[in-house]
Formats: sequence, structure tokens, C-alpha cells
Amino acid sequence: MSVIIILLIASISVASLFLFAFLWSVKTGQFDDENASASRILFDDKPLDVSKVKKIV
Amino acid sequence: MPAKITEQIKITCFHCGEECCTTNIRMEAKCFCCEGCKLVYRLLNQEGLCDYYNLNKNPGTSQRMHVRKEKFAFLDNEAIQLKLISFSNERQVHVTFYIPQIHCSSCLYLLENLHRLDNGIVSGKVNFARKDVTIVFLRQETSIRKVAELLTGIGYEPYISLSDLQGKKPDADKSMLYRLGVAGFCFGNIMLMSFPEYLGIDASEPALRNIFRWLNFVLAIPVFLYAAYPFYESSFKSLRHKFLNIDAPIALAIIITFMRSTWEVFSGTGAGYFDSMTGIVFFMLAGRFLQDKTYRQLSFDRDYTAYFPVAVSVITNDTEAATALPDIKPGDTLLVHNEELIPADGIITRGKADIDYSFVTGESISVVKETGELVYAGGKQKGGNIEILVVKEVAQSYLTALWSRDELKDKQTNKHVSFVHLLSRYFTYIVFAIAVFTTLYWKINDPSRIWIAVTSIFIIACPCALLLSNTFTNGNILRILSRNNFYLRGAQTIEDIAAVNHIVFDKTGTLTSVQQQSVTYQGKALTELQKQQVASLAACSNHPLSRMLAKETKPGDHLHVSAYREFPGKGIEGVVENSLVKMGSCVFITGNIKLHKDTVVYVSFDDETVGWFSFGNNYRKGIPALIKNLKNKYRLSVLTGDNEAEKDMLWKLMGNETSLLFYQAPEQKLNYIKTLQAGGEKVMMIGDGLNDAGALKQADAGIALSEDNNNFTPSSDGIIAAGSFLKLSKFIRLCKANRYIVSTSFIISITYNIIGLYFAVQGRLSPLVAAILMPSSSLCIFLFTFGTTNWLAKRMKL
Repeated sequence: MSVIIILLIASISVASLFLFAFLWSVKTGQFDDENASASRILFDDKPLDVSKVKKIV
Repeated sequence: MPAKITEQIKITCFHCGEECCTTNIRMEAKCFCCEGCKLVYRLLNQEGLCDYYNLNKNPGTSQRMHVRKEKFAFLDNEAIQLKLISFSNERQVHVTFYIPQIHCSSCLYLLENLHRLDNGIVSGKVNFARKDVTIVFLRQETSIRKVAELLTGIGYEPYISLSDLQGKKPDADKSMLYRLGVAGFCFGNIMLMSFPEYLGIDASEPALRNIFRWLNFVLAIPVFLYAAYPFYESSFKSLRHKFLNIDAPIALAIIITFMRSTWEVFSGTGAGYFDSMTGIVFFMLAGRFLQDKTYRQLSFDRDYTAYFPVAVSVITNDTEAATALPDIKPGDTLLVHNEELIPADGIITRGKADIDYSFVTGESISVVKETGELVYAGGKQKGGNIEILVVKEVAQSYLTALWSRDELKDKQTNKHVSFVHLLSRYFTYIVFAIAVFTTLYWKINDPSRIWIAVTSIFIIACPCALLLSNTFTNGNILRILSRNNFYLRGAQTIEDIAAVNHIVFDKTGTLTSVQQQSVTYQGKALTELQKQQVASLAACSNHPLSRMLAKETKPGDHLHVSAYREFPGKGIEGVVENSLVKMGSCVFITGNIKLHKDTVVYVSFDDETVGWFSFGNNYRKGIPALIKNLKNKYRLSVLTGDNEAEKDMLWKLMGNETSLLFYQAPEQKLNYIKTLQAGGEKVMMIGDGLNDAGALKQADAGIALSEDNNNFTPSSDGIIAAGSFLKLSKFIRLCKANRYIVSTSFIISITYNIIGLYFAVQGRLSPLVAAILMPSSSLCIFLFTFGTTNWLAKRMKL
């Protein structure tokens, strides 16, 4: 019986992890623009070069 | 990729893909249509950004239209800067520009590599859906004006309008997605943990059974308190207005189900109906989400501020200064450049105005105004610069005042009520009647079962199925329509369109197409050589009429033009094959004024006038067929700001039952719609320009027509692409089908309800029965609504 309780805890915590991942992705705007990311990933060069990033910091 | 795309004699521009009139503008064996395109290529080539051209074929936009050098001077104004900047500190500034030209991955590539063109720019991030780019730049190294000018230089001129000054637009509401996520999570887990209960968990393990029940209770709380909140809010609002909407019985059912289930868990008498409750909430939220999915790239709420510039040049003591539009006061003197919009009513003090009012009145011929005459806001100056003395504030101008009219604001508040609410009301009354009868019956026979039987009735018989069928049908119809380039503001518009019995068309730009004008020539017959000369000269100019002439008269190889000169607002001249060719307005060529009903361009060879080209409006192909379809079912009207030149032609086209009204000012159009509505008619207005804006807003269903999706459309209930305009009668039929589909699926759901009620009135509704009925009825409705709408759309070839 106790093994079921452990399984329950495991399953709910894994599910909650996905829930929070979903909520986080909505919050950070990952669903705002479906097209841009799809194109962006195909570009060979990085949109930001490292030297620039250092300059900001 | 070949550097030169040659199809027989057709050469297209390497940058923008437009047909090149000459092969003289070239660089590294690549041909360009104009110097502007070449310039962009050279810049990108220098910086090694030529991937731009490899990602897509001819990704650029034509650079024929030159942007005035000082155009973005107003961005140096700090007050305007503050409104546009979203974040700034001592080092960095974040600014977001709306760029309508964004259309492909090349655009994305270039705009996100801006830092390679300007060292001051840190990064650019494109949002495709909103067509904007957020640019981060260093304050010390560049300025907002320089960024805007850089963007313009590479062909991505930011569109900055007066509406940008009115504060930031709020971000899209994400709470619906959060609620959907939470409801889905809880529903799935509760379903899983209810399985032992469905399968008859051994009563010998009460501890385990209790753990499942309590977990279900805990998981149901967020759904009850958070995910279902919109239903409580909406029903509370409607009850306060003494109106019983569909959300009220649903909220009641959710509350009763939760209470009863909680009581069962606490008292240990049962498992409750948490699974059904969370499932229903989840499905209903999903339906609402599908239905309310918005088209972010479109805006249905544009008012005049989206058309007007942010700033204009004000002349004080002979110096020009960019001033924000809201700060313009009567008495100021404004400098209006070529192709700029007149922002406020005023009197011309210097220069000759040639004003295109097509934006305001729909009249396609421009009006010449002399010094001292009054010009209205909304007109576009063509030709040289003019100065005007402002007589009225921007917001009180003739055109802008149309938006501020009170009756137009009212329309939003007394929106039509969906038939679904009325249907749900009857449903609620019947459910209450059944509940009363059941109470009476059990009071006589077995009072202990009243509570169980009555709560079961409310659990099983909530109009959620009606809500589901409505939202799913609406959502799918919106999806089908948008696939056909007809975008509606919201689900209610479907019903508004279905109720229409009178359709009013605007003529210019709606029935006729601005892009396909017909060119006819009158006068002395032109020789082949002369035609070629005309075409060659016209090809040098960027004026829309010249471009059309070049296309129409003699496509193909062009002759060399020398001594080319352009007189803005008047015409062009040049020496072609040893003769001086002039083209332009009647006054420019002949020196006399002659009135024409159409737009005309005169031609002379060596100062001898030979004739003129007239540009007629071309009616869209297929209009007669569309009218024939609509004529039998609807009354039709045509409103136009134009003169009666094409009256006979319109009669022929529209049939003699159609009302034709000419010389209609924007206000008259609005009043015409109002008169029809006062006569009890439901009016659909289809128009394109700002001149129709009042009428579009007043109409029960105002549909704006747009030549391409980048175009700006006035505030409306729907936006239809010009290419889909001919499918209008099919669209209306699909909207009408909506009601039948919803009603039929409602009958299906009632069957399920009757089965459930059979158990409920006896007080024997087990969680298992509820758990089978609820998802199967939802699934049934889902399949039925999607199936029938898709089948109908397929049959209509949509």
C-alpha cells in the first residue's frame, strides 16, 4: 500500500513540474510568436556576438 | 541562385523582385529596379549580410519611393522619445518599432543582425505576429532617430503614428491560458485518481480510498477557485444587469457540484463528482479559448490616430521645428511636404495645394487649392511643399470629429445578445421546474433523498453542453473564415452577419480595385515608336500613374531617356529618341484647364499635344456573379463619394433594384445606414477607406476590405482580403449555418441530459455514470460541431 503513496507523490510532482513549465513558458512569452523562433533557429550565425554581450555587462 | 533572372526579356530586381524597366542599374551582374534597391544591396554586401538574399528570393521591398531626409527629425524631440521608449537607463535604450514590411525569414535575419550595421545597436528582436522589432541600443553611440533612419535605409521604414503617443498597449491577456493549464492539470490527475473508485476499490482498504478522495478534493480547489473564476464573474455581472446569461446556470452547477462533493468527502459517504466538475471546466475553457483566439497581426480598433503622423513641422519665425501632433494649436503654421497628410483643418498660406481626398471622401480625383482656401484634415498633399495656418485643433477637425460622435461610442455598450443566452434561459427554467417537481415527489415519498436528488439534477443538467457547442462551432467557423482571409473581430460577429438583410457597398476601392485600373487612350493614334517613347519616359517616374502607363502601353525594352525632369504634382518630361516627350496634367501640357470625369494624363511630343490617357476604375472581376447571388436574398445599396459618371454602368452591374447614391460625404454614409436601421433593417456595410469609417462603425456588421494584409483598415467588425471578396455570399451562408449547427448539437446534448436526469431524479446518480456521460457528451459535441462545419465548408469550397 505504501508503495502506491510513493507512486502518487512521484506522479503528481512530475505532473506539477510540467504544469509549472507550461505556466513559465506562457509567462515568458514563448507562445507569443510561433513563427519567429521557427525561422531563427535556421540561421547559421548567432544574432548576438560575444564581444557585444560583454560590452553591455 | 542565378544573379540575373531572365525570362525572355523580363528582368526582375535582385532586391525586391519587381520588374526592371532598364538594365542600366546594375552591380556585380545583378540588376536592380532603382537606385534605392541597389543602395540597400551595396550596404548589405559591405557588411557581409548577403544571407538576406539567400534565405528567400527577392526579399526586399521596392525602394522607388524616396523618404524625405528630415522625416524622422521629430525623433529628436524628447517628449516624443519618452512615449516611444519602453525602457531606458544611463547606458541602454529599448524601443519597439512597428514595421509593416516584415514578411519573411530574410526580414527576421536582417533585423536581428542590425548590430552589424551600426555598432551602437546591441540587439534586435522581431515579433512576427505583431510585425514589430524591439531594438536595444547604446545611448552614447546612437540615437533613436539614427536607428529609425538606418531601418529606413535598408528598406524597413518604421511606421510611427499618432496612436503610438497614447501610451503602451496592454499585453495580451494570458490569464485564460494559465487557467486552461491549471484546469487541465487538475482534471487529468483527478481522472487518474478516480479510476480506483470507478473500478470499485476494495472497501477493505478504506485508508487508501480516503487518500484518493482527499487528493481529489485538494486538486479540485484550484479549479473551483481559480480556473472557473471567469464564469462566476460573468454571471455576477449579468445578474446585476438583471439578465440571465448562460454563465449563471453554469456557475450555479459548478458551485453545487463542488459543495455536494466536498460534503461527500468530508462525511465519508462518497467520492463526489470532482472529475466531472473539473472536466467540464476544462472543456468549457478550451472552447472559449478557441473561440476567442485573436488575430494579433490585425487590428480592429484603429481610429484616426493610427493614420495620422506623430509630428509635423511647425514654422515659427522662419525656422522649422518638429512638434508632436497633440500640441498643435489653432494659429500655428504647418509645413506639409509632398505625400504627407494634412493633420488639421487649415488655410493655405503658401504654395499650391493638390490634395488627394480619396482617404476622406472616396473621390479619386485630387483637388487643386490655391492660397487662402480651406483644406480639411485627412487630405494628402501631392506635389510641392505647402504651408497652412491651423484653424481647428486636430481632435476637432472635420474628419476626426466623426470618431468622437456619441452614438458611435454607444454601439459598443448595447451589443447584441447572442441567441445562446436566450436558449439557455429556457433550459434553466425547465431544469428548475424539474428540480421543484423532484423535491415535491421525494418530500412525499422519502424526504431523506431530496438533497441528493436535487443536487444531482443540477450537476447533470447544466447548459455546459450548449456553451461547448456554441464555442466550438464559433471557433471553427472563425478558423475556416480566416483560412479564406476573412477575419472577424469576435464570435458575436458571426451572428451579426447571419442576421443581415441589407448589404451596403462602397464603390471606390471596394467594388472597384485601385490596383487594376484600366487605361484608355484618346486622341491622335500613336505609332509604335511613340508608344515606346511614352513607356520609356513613364518608366523613369515613381508616380503610380506613370508606373501604370509604363506597364500598359509598351512593356519590354526601354529606350534611353535623357534630360529627364520631374515636376511634382504636374508631370514629367524627357528627351527620348531625339524628341522632347512631356506627360502630365492638362494644365501642364496644354496650358488650359479642361474638366474630365476621370483621372487623365496628357501627352505631348515636341510641345505638340497628341492626346490623353484616361484611367478608369476597373470593377473587380466576378462582381456581377456575386451580385446575382446576393440580389435575391438581400437588399443592396451602393454609396460613393464619386460623381455620377458611372451611373449607367453601375445600374447594369448591380441590377435595377439596387439603390445607388452618389456624392456621399462620410457623414451622409453614416446617416444612410442609420436611416436603414431605423426602418428595422440589419445592415452590413462593406468599405475600405477612412471615409467609410463612420458607416462601418454604425452598421450592424461593418466589414473593411483590404488589398493586402499590410494595409491599414479602419475600425470594423471584420476584415476581408480583396481576393476573397467574391466569396462573400458563401461566407454569409456559413455564418447562417452556425445557428443550425449549434441548435442541433444542443439537441444531441439534451439527449445525454435526459439520460442523466433519469438517474438524477431517482437520486441514483453515481460518480461513474456522471464520469461516463460528461466526457462522452463533450466528445460527441466536439466531433459533431467540427465535423458539420468542416463538411459545410468543404461543400461550399471554402
